[in-house]
Amino acid sequence: MSDGSCPLSANEIVDQYFLEHRAKVLDVAAFLDRIDRSVANEACADHRVEALLTCIAMLHDGDGDRTRRIQHRLSDQSTAPIDAAPMQGATGAPLPETDA
Amino acid sequence: MKYIDPHIHMVSRTTDDYRRMAQAGCVAITEPAFWAGYDRCSVDGFRDYFRQLTVVEPARAANYGIAHHTWLCINPKEAEDVGFAREVLSIIPEFLDAPTVLGIGEIGLNKNSRNELEVLELHLNLAAQRDQMVLVHTPHLEDKHKGTLLIMDAVANAGLTPDRVLIDHVEEHTVGDVLDRGFWAGMTLYPDTKCTPQRAVDILERWGTDRIWMNSAGDWGDSDPLAVPKARMEMQRRGHPAAMIEKVTFGNPIAFLSRSENFRLNG
Repeated sequence: MSDGSCPLSANEIVDQYFLEHRAKVLDVAAFLDRIDRSVANEACADHRVEALLTCIAMLHDGDGDRTRRIQHRLSDQSTAPIDAAPMQGATGAPLPETDA
Repeated sequence: MKYIDPHIHMVSRTTDDYRRMAQAGCVAITEPAFWAGYDRCSVDGFRDYFRQLTVVEPARAANYGIAHHTWLCINPKEAEDVGFAREVLSIIPEFLDAPTVLGIGEIGLNKNSRNELEVLELHLNLAAQRDQMVLVHTPHLEDKHKGTLLIMDAVANAGLTPDRVLIDHVEEHTVGDVLDRGFWAGMTLYPDTKCTPQRAVDILERWGTDRIWMNSAGDWGDSDPLAVPKARMEMQRRGHPAAMIEKVTFGNPIAFLSRSENFRLNG
């Protein structure tokens, strides 16, 4: 079993990966701005956007283990099989009625 | 350094991809049966597909020195119609004795419905009856965690031993449960919807390198047939030793796949 550590120092990780993640946070900001600028912004109530905003708050809530906790926030928390598949695809966030 | 891509859908890829994979060090692949992007409307459509997987693709791969193996099933995305799935299941035994067939796969769940679960159980029973290994597809995105737990219970109920079953498409919220229950785990490297190479290496650092592999699952959608060598570069970038990289991308696939007497490398 791994001890869980990355072989790079914190400074090395920041030096190597900062620009990539700076770009990603700007992409998220631009995505939200784009929704605000949309000609019909009913998507602001979309369950996926609400889930995304919750996940963003989890990035700096101080509780650590962010990736696994965000994965669970974006997962259906029910346990029983559903009666019939309503579609073949997935939306990326649980519908409100199946939220934890 | 040689590597194996243990999950890739070459029926959807070009000959150029075979060439580039060989140039990057790929010496073997395994190709599970999957959803073609549309629902097939006849059993004969699946019979043709299984011939493609057992005859055509091994020949295409051999032109580039790549050993090709396959897994057979009706994919969970086409499993809502149980009657049709039963018809497709009835022809799978015709192909199980082909020399490059490793087992049943990629079976599993898609939306976690009762019908999908019934078809999964039919596949698991076939695997148990024919002493076949199993490659499992876990659901996408919000359905993955629930589906992974349902699948592991179904495998246990079918009496299959977990060390002959690989649960694929694990991510941070499922990999621990899969490994703790004795299964093999697969990480799929996708640009958006599964693991990036960076997150896959994070998972190796957190959960270790035993009973786990990485694959590209390259297909007709957003995917990258060179994702495995890119993940190897990510491991090198972080200073992981060559032995660890070799274990995850070559040794581990051989260790699992060799449980089938049909698995062999060329040369």
